[in-house]
Amino acid sequence: MQRMVIQRILIGFVTLWVVSVLVFLMTNALPGDVAQIVLGQSATPESLAAYRAERGLDQPLIFQYFGWLGNMLTGDLGTSKAGGATISSLIGERLYNTMVMAGIVALISVPLSVGLGLMAAMYPGTWIDKSLTFGTLALISVPEFFIATFMVLIFAVQLGWLPSIARVSAEQSYYDWWRSMAMPLLVLVIVVAAQMIRMTRAGILNVMNSPYIEMAILKGVRRKRIILRHAFFNTIGPIVNVIALNLAYLVSGVVIVETIFAYPGLAKLMIDGVQTRDLPLVQACAMIFCATYVVLIILADVAAILANPRLRNPK
Amino acid sequence: MSDVTQGAEAETDQDMSIYDELHDAPPKKRLKLSWTGKIGVVIVVFWIVIAVIGPWIAPYDQAAILDMDSYLPPGAEIDGGGTHWLGSDKNERDILSRVLWGARMTVGISVIATLLAYLMGVTAGIAAAVKRGWTDMILSRINDAILSLPTIMLGLLIVVALGSSIPILIGTAAIIYASSVYRIARAYGQEIMVMDYVESAQARGETIWWIIFREVLPNAAMPLATDFGLRLVFVVLFISSLSFLGLGIQPPNADWGSMVRGNLEAMQFAEGWGILAPIWPALAIASFTIAINLIVDDVSAESGGDLAKKMIS
Repeated sequence: MQRMVIQRILIGFVTLWVVSVLVFLMTNALPGDVAQIVLGQSATPESLAAYRAERGLDQPLIFQYFGWLGNMLTGDLGTSKAGGATISSLIGERLYNTMVMAGIVALISVPLSVGLGLMAAMYPGTWIDKSLTFGTLALISVPEFFIATFMVLIFAVQLGWLPSIARVSAEQSYYDWWRSMAMPLLVLVIVVAAQMIRMTRAGILNVMNSPYIEMAILKGVRRKRIILRHAFFNTIGPIVNVIALNLAYLVSGVVIVETIFAYPGLAKLMIDGVQTRDLPLVQACAMIFCATYVVLIILADVAAILANPRLRNPK
Repeated sequence: MSDVTQGAEAETDQDMSIYDELHDAPPKKRLKLSWTGKIGVVIVVFWIVIAVIGPWIAPYDQAAILDMDSYLPPGAEIDGGGTHWLGSDKNERDILSRVLWGARMTVGISVIATLLAYLMGVTAGIAAAVKRGWTDMILSRINDAILSLPTIMLGLLIVVALGSSIPILIGTAAIIYASSVYRIARAYGQEIMVMDYVESAQARGETIWWIIFREVLPNAAMPLATDFGLRLVFVVLFISSLSFLGLGIQPPNADWGSMVRGNLEAMQFAEGWGILAPIWPALAIASFTIAINLIVDDVSAESGGDLAKKMIS
């Protein structure tokens, strides 16, 4: 088992490395010469050459890549093209905002969806199950921005309860902060929970088809007890897997939601960077997102390995 | 054991007994759709037809600027005669016409991208399952790297690097989703390759192509077709999300994702029912994707929970 876990983590590192190559190559394929963009049309050939030499842009791509990777690993993310501020200073607060949002979403949606998923699995075929199944199906089939748009229409425009733009700052009172966070949080919780409820339900129903559950049924154990004592503990592994996968899914949800509500998070920063073609900024943000995603996926896989008794106790 | 043999030809029982071990072929199952599945089929067919004929039945051109006022409510009269059945958008264009034109972009591009993803994914997946060894190893590692990136992030990077045009969008979506198709095709391919009927085909000396086209593909067809529906939903969501972020289909082409984004501010500035401007294209996307899911649900219920499980992750 240890070997499998270590193997999985090593593969994760390899994936991260491939990701860094991909991110570097793609952002380098951007049209336009960086030196020309930064120094403008009036730059002399000498100043262009000097700029390239200073930044190492005249070196072969492979040297540039290792230079970039080395800086990245030592925490030097480079300087933004717009304004010349260091990227670490730009990212700091944004990253914190995004983490806070993702953290709250996870805290709300995980217990909520495991509970609802359990309920749906406990009473399959009843109206609770049917409405949950259909409701979540509808929610996962529509884009996040549809749900967000709808929420804005109801809560901000029609009812006027919540602001449609999530402006958060340190000076805000506690109440104001929650008010501006409410809408993006709600949208993300709905999107993530819908997925998780479906997967939890499927996971438990899957276990319910196994022989030892049939045995318990034949013994005459009550349904509630079967689910809570027999099925639930055996689905913990798959459920942890589901949770990790969905937190990874949050990564893409965040991109859309932050854009819609103009929330000052990392994803918004990245999209802005994309629009102004701020190469180092986009590279840094993309690496943070991809690394988070890869780490969560590894966690999901490790959880799946740990939860499987056959892998845990090899013969 | 066949009843016909037993009853009508009792006297030849001795000769026929060697066939008793052979089962009759199971009757062909016809797919029975529930009422929700039927609604799904109707909606999907409707949008596909619109994708083909949309531009001809739309009352106006997608880029035609018709009034002086933006965000007119549904049913408003146009100055030069005619009606905005669904209202007008920010640039005074007819929303109904743009939704009809947009079907071609959103549905058309998604279907082409998914087909391409299938072509690549199934070819590579079956190749990996049949060839095994190094081919499988290399293809699977590349595939893992693609799968381990958040799709929207990968899409953003590619589109930013190469610029946004329709061929690039199709290619991007196809490559990203081919990786999940590959995984499924490979899994089914491996499962089928160890079946008795494949072994007997190999024993008969059939060529590898014969086995792929006559044994592997037909047996993997049904599960793959169901997965196709699901993958199509993801591609629609992916393309409309990119368009929503302003990186997908570019104006003046109408597509549902960018229409939602473009009309978002109607919620603050429009008067009366004009605020519904972003809702119409959003409803178009939602109806299409929910309808596909309704069909997929029916089909996967028919072929057992096994399939549904595989597709959840």
